[in-house]
Amino acid sequence: MGSHGIRDRVAIVGMGCTRFAEHWDKGVDELLVDATAEAFSNLNTPIGPDDVDAYWLGTAQSGMSGMVLAKPLGLEGKPVTRVENMCATGSEALRQAAYAVASGAYDVAMAVGVEKVKDSGYQGLNAFPIPTDGTNRTLTAAAMFSMVVPAYAERYGVDPDELRRALARIASKNHYNGARNPRAQFRREMSVEQICALPSVAGELSVFDCAGVADGAAAAIVVRAEDAHRSTDRPLFIKALSLVAGNGSGLSDPSYDYTTFREVARCAEDAYAQAGVTDPRAQIAMAEVHDCFTPTELVLMEDLGFAERGTAWKAVLDGVFDLDGEMPINPDGGLKSFGHPVGASGLRMIYEAWLQLRGEAPEERRITTIDANRTLALTHNLGGYPGEMVSFVGIFGT
Amino acid sequence: MTRRGILAYGAYVPFHRLDRSEIAAVAGKGGGKGTRTVASYDEDTTTMAFAAARYLLGTLGPGYEAEQRPTGLSLWFATTTPAYADKTNATAVHAALELDPAVPAFDVNGSVRSAAGALRAGLGSGRHALLVAADLRSGLPGSAEEAGGGDAAAALLVGDPTEATPVIAALLGEGSATAEFLDRWRAPGEAHAKVWEERFGERRYLDLGQRAWDDALKNANLTPDQVDHVVVAGPHARAVKSFQRSIGPVLGPDQRRNEVDLDATVGFTGAAHPYLALAATLDEAEPDQVVALVVLADGADVTLFRTTEALVDRRMSRSVAAQVASGGSVSYGRYLAWRGLLPIDPPRRPEPARPSASAAGRSTSWKFAFVGSESDDGTVHLPPSPLDDQTRRMADRQGTIVTFTIDRLAYSPSPPVVFAVVDFDGGGRLPVELTDVDPADVHIGDRVGMTFRKLFTADGIHNYFWKARKAGD
Repeated sequence: MGSHGIRDRVAIVGMGCTRFAEHWDKGVDELLVDATAEAFSNLNTPIGPDDVDAYWLGTAQSGMSGMVLAKPLGLEGKPVTRVENMCATGSEALRQAAYAVASGAYDVAMAVGVEKVKDSGYQGLNAFPIPTDGTNRTLTAAAMFSMVVPAYAERYGVDPDELRRALARIASKNHYNGARNPRAQFRREMSVEQICALPSVAGELSVFDCAGVADGAAAAIVVRAEDAHRSTDRPLFIKALSLVAGNGSGLSDPSYDYTTFREVARCAEDAYAQAGVTDPRAQIAMAEVHDCFTPTELVLMEDLGFAERGTAWKAVLDGVFDLDGEMPINPDGGLKSFGHPVGASGLRMIYEAWLQLRGEAPEERRITTIDANRTLALTHNLGGYPGEMVSFVGIFGT
Repeated sequence: MTRRGILAYGAYVPFHRLDRSEIAAVAGKGGGKGTRTVASYDEDTTTMAFAAARYLLGTLGPGYEAEQRPTGLSLWFATTTPAYADKTNATAVHAALELDPAVPAFDVNGSVRSAAGALRAGLGSGRHALLVAADLRSGLPGSAEEAGGGDAAAALLVGDPTEATPVIAALLGEGSATAEFLDRWRAPGEAHAKVWEERFGERRYLDLGQRAWDDALKNANLTPDQVDHVVVAGPHARAVKSFQRSIGPVLGPDQRRNEVDLDATVGFTGAAHPYLALAATLDEAEPDQVVALVVLADGADVTLFRTTEALVDRRMSRSVAAQVASGGSVSYGRYLAWRGLLPIDPPRRPEPARPSASAAGRSTSWKFAFVGSESDDGTVHLPPSPLDDQTRRMADRQGTIVTFTIDRLAYSPSPPVVFAVVDFDGGGRLPVELTDVDPADVHIGDRVGMTFRKLFTADGIHNYFWKARKAGD
């Protein structure tokens, strides 16, 4: 028994990503067509939907079954699997597609993620109700993650105002990056002062500590590594795909203190082992992480090993994670600028790794950390709440 | 002497107080001096009835539960404002109290007199009857009903004494007078009662009250001067006062009045009021005193008791007066919103889905009685884990706030949601909503206890579960 991974056995050869926005004029079908069409474009040997042997469609609640993808793409007799794993749904679709190719079952597979959020008529993301005994929490995700703030300040003795500025700095940085990305939903820079001046809506968090809400879709074509160069001169090789589904023990375990996400730390450990990463800060050139709320990104810096415990807030204020910092985090603008179409976000993160590692990111937001030693990009996706979450970590390289 | 009577009592006064002087500024009329009690938005007659019964059982200690079956315990729930029609409400109280399935639970609903009827029936059987009464009193803004009404619950355990549960107030005699006349009425489904010109009812109540009073004294072989405490309860405020005046001159010089003035602080609490006023009297009465309970509601029911030495050890841990003296204020606007008289713009969020009857049916002890589970190594699981064999009762455990948040986005019948992670004494952790709390007055390290509440109502289904509230309030 063991988690061995599929390091360098599968490659991404084509990707697509729609703009993330309030797409009042586009439904699930149009978003799927747009994202997959881009993935099929620019391949050395052109292929189309019929040339893909199997599909994995990630959507949390924009449709049921693989037919959601088979219909708009007009697929004939293709296996299409719909997957759902909370906010890690898009990453999960890629993970399944990559394993299917690695197993030898298929030559070409495609992972697609989509979410049409803005047709609900409600604010925020609202989970489809499952019948229960009525005793489950009805708190918003913002409030659940806001509990990290006082816990972190207490544990590490951080002045609440300084912590408030560090959180605002995270949002401000992601807005700065998003302002340089035509696919982002929000393209306006926000200063730390502007963000700190806003009223709180959940704990200490203001609206600008929260990810936006948007519609969007993204797609990736995966093939065996040895076949990759037929399709592209610059494939992205999968180094690690790790997933942990928590057992919810953090909610009932008195030793859990809301300053870490255990599932993420565990997941990162597994991913680093799969990829042979021993010093993440030295080997990884950039990361796209699940910044659903600013305290989430703060804690992730520590859980992913980018900062020592209790020091991420300082590193944030020092600009370590800025676009031109030592360790660029969310160079595309993150969930903060993109919004969070649940099924698509994981693949959107990988799309940024695809652009940056292949040198295709526009100059104004191109990272400068890639060199002979640092060739990897990490993507991280989580779903759930502190104490009960699923976590995905992927590592990619050229 | 193994005379039957009252074996235990309990009462629950909700946390919130409305200053009656706030009413006229909004309604243009009404209000008055003093306060009335206001049930929180997450309370109804069922949750309050449980709270009163919980206080009652607290005076008995754990030994009483083993006796339930042999003494033929039954549960009776009186209210004019039941949470459900058609469906029995007493069963939720039964579930929250973790009573044995063999203990029957019945509603005696609809009128204020239901509480007097339950007492009469309970005292008549000899077997133990746990009588709970609760009410939410409302009226149109500016009405006398609104200002003069209050919300509360109270409970009496009556029947023949046992070795472990002696009588604290022995039954001496009863008297009743019944008549059909129209004093107040409310069509089923309507929120507020209407009243007839009050002098008509006053006259009828004086006559009926006197007749029942005389009968009860005669049955008890007592003269009026032997009565130490007179408790008069009824929806007709003027008739209650007139009756008190009319019997006043014939009572002896030692006749006492309650120290806690329920009219000035609580208001008239409907079906709960006879038991509540009696509870307040039992809080203060000395052993070997005669207590008269007079209920003026569609007739008159008079019950005479003599307190015993056992009362001294069976008083409530928090007296009615102590509960009345604590609590916090609620603004008139918020009161109106809680009562549905001032609808507030809901958040742009879906309202919660109705709970599943079958899912709730599988987790009754968790949902209603807050019973978790415990693994072999002593780890407490909240909610209970299917892997554990042992249950763990958590309702009476206190805990400490580990971290907390204020959610201004989530759906709530009364935003914002105040929410905390609570570590319980002796093990167990639960992220849980707080209630009866000022959002600005929550801190890491605060001590909390648990209270049975209604989280929300969806599709007419009341979603009962537990919340935390700051200990000592």
